[in-house]
Amino acid sequence: MAVAEKAPRRVVNVKAAEAPWYRRWLPLLGIAIIVLYCLAPFYWMLVSALRRPTDQFENTIIPTTWSLDNFTDVFKPGTGFGRGLLNSLIVAGTVTILTLLIGLVAAYTLARLDFKFKNVVLAIIITTSMFPGISLVIPLKKLFSDIDWINTYQAMIVPSLSFALPLAVWNLTAFFRQMPRELEQAAMVDGCTPAQAFRKIILPLAAPGVFTTAIITFIAAWNEFLIALSMVNKKEIQTANVIISQFTGTSGRDQPFGSQMAAGVIVTIPLVIAVLIFQRRIVAGLTAGGVK
Amino acid sequence: MRFERSHTRKAAFVAVASSLVLLASACGGGDDGSSGDSGSSGGAALEGRGPITFATGKDTSGNLTNQVAAWNSQHPDEKVTVSELPESADQQRAQMIQNAQIKSDAFSVLNLDVVWTAEFAANRWVTELPQDQFPDLGKLLPSTLDTAKYRDKLYAVPVTSDGGLLYYRKDLLDKAGVQPPKTWAEMKDACTKIKALPEAKTMSCYAGQFEKYEGLTVNFSEAVNGAGGVVVGDDGKPNVDTPEALEGLNFLVDGLKSGEFPKASITYTEEPGRRAFQEGSLIFHRNWPYVYALAEKTDGSSKINGKFAVAPLPGMSGQGVSTLGGHNYAISEFAKNKATAADFIKFMSSEERQKANIEKTSQAPTWASLYDDAALNKQFPYLAPLKASIESAKSRPKVVKYGDVTTAIQEAAYGAMTGTMPPKDALTGLQTKLSTLITQ
Amino acid sequence: MSTSAPVAERPKQKTTKKPRRSSFNEGTGRLAALLLSPTLIVLLLVVVYPILSALRESLYTSGQRIDESGFVVQGSEFVGLKNYSAIFHGETADRFWNAFYNTTFFTVTCVVLETIIGVAMALVMHKAFKGRGIVRASILVPWAIPTVVSALLWKWIFQADGIANAMLGTQILWSTEGWQSVLSVIIADTWKTAPFIGLLVLAGLQTIPDEVYEAAKVDGASAWKTFTRITLPLVKPALLVAVLFRILDTLRIFDLPFVLVGPNKESVETLSILAYLEANQTRYGPAAAYATLLFIYVAVVAYVFVRLLGADVIGEARAARKNGGGRGNRRRLQEAPSEVTGAASMSIPGGQ
Repeated sequence: MAVAEKAPRRVVNVKAAEAPWYRRWLPLLGIAIIVLYCLAPFYWMLVSALRRPTDQFENTIIPTTWSLDNFTDVFKPGTGFGRGLLNSLIVAGTVTILTLLIGLVAAYTLARLDFKFKNVVLAIIITTSMFPGISLVIPLKKLFSDIDWINTYQAMIVPSLSFALPLAVWNLTAFFRQMPRELEQAAMVDGCTPAQAFRKIILPLAAPGVFTTAIITFIAAWNEFLIALSMVNKKEIQTANVIISQFTGTSGRDQPFGSQMAAGVIVTIPLVIAVLIFQRRIVAGLTAGGVK
Repeated sequence: MRFERSHTRKAAFVAVASSLVLLASACGGGDDGSSGDSGSSGGAALEGRGPITFATGKDTSGNLTNQVAAWNSQHPDEKVTVSELPESADQQRAQMIQNAQIKSDAFSVLNLDVVWTAEFAANRWVTELPQDQFPDLGKLLPSTLDTAKYRDKLYAVPVTSDGGLLYYRKDLLDKAGVQPPKTWAEMKDACTKIKALPEAKTMSCYAGQFEKYEGLTVNFSEAVNGAGGVVVGDDGKPNVDTPEALEGLNFLVDGLKSGEFPKASITYTEEPGRRAFQEGSLIFHRNWPYVYALAEKTDGSSKINGKFAVAPLPGMSGQGVSTLGGHNYAISEFAKNKATAADFIKFMSSEERQKANIEKTSQAPTWASLYDDAALNKQFPYLAPLKASIESAKSRPKVVKYGDVTTAIQEAAYGAMTGTMPPKDALTGLQTKLSTLITQ
Repeated sequence: MSTSAPVAERPKQKTTKKPRRSSFNEGTGRLAALLLSPTLIVLLLVVVYPILSALRESLYTSGQRIDESGFVVQGSEFVGLKNYSAIFHGETADRFWNAFYNTTFFTVTCVVLETIIGVAMALVMHKAFKGRGIVRASILVPWAIPTVVSALLWKWIFQADGIANAMLGTQILWSTEGWQSVLSVIIADTWKTAPFIGLLVLAGLQTIPDEVYEAAKVDGASAWKTFTRITLPLVKPALLVAVLFRILDTLRIFDLPFVLVGPNKESVETLSILAYLEANQTRYGPAAAYATLLFIYVAVVAYVFVRLLGADVIGEARAARKNGGGRGNRRRLQEAPSEVTGAASMSIPGGQ
């Protein structure tokens, strides 16, 4: 069990010197396996994108002929992919910010306030993520067309928001509940308002949970496809995923696998890098705020 | 305490459930689904001029942009906007139906796959077209025009077509001294001879598209029709439990069992099949015209460029029968500016535009005389066999519930080909199923 | 319910309905309603309304009859529970139960695997070592690739002449009926979503104060014991939420079996696929009935899950705390393992 070996690192470290050799190497091996496991399929995606479109069937580990054609195809004028990326960013960014704002308030309320029907509220919130998404599309489209939301950003943002909220609320509630109440009480004794206590004490401590919720919300919204496809038919506000689904081969029946993979790479890599950068910034920022 | 806890929890869930029910009944009244009036059109005049949208899957050649630009420059007040749909045919259809469900006017002209036409017509999602307003219909290949009709009324205009072709390894056939086969038996003989050649020892004889999807319906129909049977007869009734149909199905089942078809062909859609052929592991291959240009590539991606040719599909006792593919343009019932839409369809189906289209995209035209165009024949050497293929091609069943029909066909064919049911039983079961589906 | 047990970490915990904290005690209900209203409004608009209209739809049928002139008869007709009863008759029933079984099997298998791998990922990410950033980034990658693209990628990998067969030296036809198609879906799903659990558990790990481990060290607890008695119970809220949402998602699994293996394949047909296929044939009534049945199934599973494992996640913390709240962390280390998986206290031992 790799888990067992790695789990208690901090404890084990003390005795690392006298630990048998496998104690030191097994965790590294575990890391290697996990990284390989995560990246091998991605590697295949990358090399598939780097082949010539006509070579897309190859099974060689390295492309026999390297080519950036797939990448240039993705950005060919007329595909609207660049604009699609921007739209995805607008939608996913807005969804993330709104989810955090609304979700934090709701979660803190649920974790700290005592009121009737608390469990009912929690149950209702999670119930909304139990219905098969594909069955929501047509009623939603009817609704949005009645209120004239077709071809608007909010037609994509609001549904994504509602898909993200249940997880955000539940997850953040669990985090807040772990924070001892004495923290706020102490802060309030020091003259903080409840809101200040929340912002200055609780939020920094819950930062890992908040940040993770943000990543997960962002990625989920970034990857949303069905709603974005159905609610918008204007090129100018279609998201990157919808644009990818429109890629075609050179002649209709051939599948544009290469450019689809290239688009996948383009969509994924900045996301990962952004997460890494933000992770440091946000965590640092929040912790700094909490020290005072 | 334990009791009390479970009690409150239960109360919570009951509360949720009952509030849902309450809300449900509250909503029940307001949202009426029965707008009973079925509004009749009967080929009424198409009215209204102004900007329209054209809903279609994209074509990468960029030619569609040219075509639309040509229209827009001539009609500044009736501009066409292209509404691009996903590449997947299923998703294209789903988007169009969704818009029809909410009676949206977002799409004016729809690019329909031939097999969707009946469904869209019967549901009144597309407008009936007055035939007298489309004087050029007689110049289209009759088999393609037929796909645009439902119960003898016209609902669309065919703009592109498609037919199956037999791709064969000319180099190997020549070497073994055999002619392109006209029948399945000849094809098997040819394979035997060719496989005696040292370079062809590991090759498979033939493959089509046998994965469980629309392509299997196409291949099954071709096999049944090629053996003289029918899936759905001219009278509109299914008649698939016949000795002829069984012979057709057996061509597929036996081919797979005997190893003449590669084992993997049960997973083939168009692309893996093309790949196998281009890799040089198939002697014969059934596919659409698009393969031609790709297999001719000289950049190293195809191992068989210059070594293959095409012929019409073989059959049981003579030339086979292809299944008809292609796309028809129709006008959404809920569209504004239908007069403009009709003109746009006329424009796109005109000889000039169809010619420009095949030159750029190599999509088969529906305009008959284009197949005899010398320049085009030079550019696309497969045009003559393709014309033969399309002219004699059979449509897939023109039924409202086409989705159910094709699923039933795939179920039977796939079951028989993977050996989970005897071919005879598969056909008997299919006949029963089709009877209930089509008489509905 | 008494609060006689000395509750060290949370002295104010009470189970009476009286408002408790001085600053929150006026109009708590109204305040809560105010604070929760944005969440509830969004959910009401986008999810509850469509769910209700789907529930209603499931009692109707439309567009199934054709008149003499060949047109589909418009309008919908109330059929009561007919759409539901039809599901449980004849061939449809076999198909439904098969899909039900597949859905359940995928959920159990995938969620178990994802949990194990996800927790392992979190433990790895949590450790301080050189290149931790790279490891974190690589773990994020599968989760970050759009589902649309990753389904295609896996389809490509599992083609008859794809890289999977090339590397294994096999000629398995992955998309045909049988264990191989099931396996391909499980592999792809686990790969894609284990990072989700990993991320949430990592966040849980990051909130555990180091002092807790110090205490365990002083106690001389073994590595395994520290993991099962300290780490696991402390990340339990985060882990349970992650697993719960994975269960909800996997019960509705659609894209992977649909794209990877294809529709109408018995081996991987799930309830979501059935609902989709019905809707795709414009049989919206039966489609809504399938969706509703799936919805009920998901709700039951979630209820049982929360009931069995997650008491403290959903707000029964006080009831649970009565069991374990009075004990210090030293004591807890010696508790029987069963206590850990039960509704044990989730409070942070020793406080902060």
